[in-house]
Amino acid sequence: MKVVKPGIVTLLVTYVIALTLMVMPMPATFDVFRPDWVTLVMLYWIIALPHRVSIGTALILGVLSDVLLGSIVGVHALGMVVVAYLAARNFQRLRNFALIQQAVVIAVLILLKRFIVFEANVFLHDAEFTLSYFWPVLTSAVFWLWVFPLLRKVRRQFGVS
Amino acid sequence: MKTLFVRGPSLLSRLVLALACSFLLIFIDHRLQAMQPVRVFLNSLVAPVQYLAILPEQLLDNFSESVKTTDQLSAENKALKQRILKLQGQQQQLQFLQNENRRLRELLGSDARESARRMVAEVIAVASEPFSQQLVINKGTLSGVYEGQPVLDSSGIIGQVQDVGGNTARVLLISDQSHAISLRSERNDIRALAQGTGDIGRLELMFIPHSTELREGDLLMSSGLGGVFPEGYPVARIASIVRDESLPFATVFADPVSALDRVRNVLLLWPSESELQPIYEDDE
Repeated sequence: MKVVKPGIVTLLVTYVIALTLMVMPMPATFDVFRPDWVTLVMLYWIIALPHRVSIGTALILGVLSDVLLGSIVGVHALGMVVVAYLAARNFQRLRNFALIQQAVVIAVLILLKRFIVFEANVFLHDAEFTLSYFWPVLTSAVFWLWVFPLLRKVRRQFGVS
Repeated sequence: MKTLFVRGPSLLSRLVLALACSFLLIFIDHRLQAMQPVRVFLNSLVAPVQYLAILPEQLLDNFSESVKTTDQLSAENKALKQRILKLQGQQQQLQFLQNENRRLRELLGSDARESARRMVAEVIAVASEPFSQQLVINKGTLSGVYEGQPVLDSSGIIGQVQDVGGNTARVLLISDQSHAISLRSERNDIRALAQGTGDIGRLELMFIPHSTELREGDLLMSSGLGGVFPEGYPVARIASIVRDESLPFATVFADPVSALDRVRNVLLLWPSESELQPIYEDDE
């Protein structure tokens, strides 16, 4: 019998919150700048707990994003999986970066994810390039400066390891 | 106890496996279109998240509703009563015309037109990606919503149901890049095919010859030819016609009559000839 690992509830709650923030209705002006919450939260947990959160989680979160956003199932999963792999390979390096440096890396990773999703959409149904799709790269990097300390606090408070 | 070295399959093999999974899912969903049964399940699975996402907005709405002053309420009440009066006047006229139309159609020997059945639904989410223009509404298979169902708002057609969950449904808007609708000009019955541009509030009319009689400001109604949308509902108004002779066709843009970025309540339509029926809740 395998005992449920401590902190699984905390992890699930952060995922649900991130997914909720992803689909929460917002005024169109701010909507363009909505940070990529799901990827942010996933990247934090990969850097903090690479032995627990990794490519499998990325796949599941990606499929859930696809269903919530109504895109073809697998498109977001593809982007998330690639980003998760890069983060999981370099988690030790990322941990030792300063917060600002981390934010830059996060921006690059989210840019990569968005690029993959965009290219998949081009391939599947000739999507046209819209610059606004890449605004969240910047906002996500800015929000990382708060998401990281917040999630670290959550992790320590609830003893997730 | 955390072990340092035993970690199951290596990261790279897991990546390959996950990538294969993603590609397989894309293939199944896009090429084979075989995800519908799974999608109903998945949509029902994520429905709580969608209802959670609109909770703050609903609470805020309730709050602002409950702190309204008597003056505001009575003013609103008055305005609404006046509107009802106006609509009732129009309704009488409509009923008269409907009867007349039916009699004339009987004389001509053509089929009578039945009115469609409707249901009001609330928008609970909008897709936030530029290459898919969609809405999620709070009615699903449990209310009799079906795939391909026409969806309207108070001013005109806004889209069709793309996939359904237990108590949510996803509406593809007419402005989506993958959506096209067959239209007919109200003024001179010219048929046109309007494709979404991915820009909310903009449709492009395809294959319009340079010599067209369409004019800017013409109202375009649904033609009923595609089999999805019923005939005679307003859809868009022509915004601009550019006759560049170097292109094979004129470039015609039309603006949807309903503000697609501001839709809050939608109307689901069950065409009279279809066998599918709306399922109303008991308390309505």
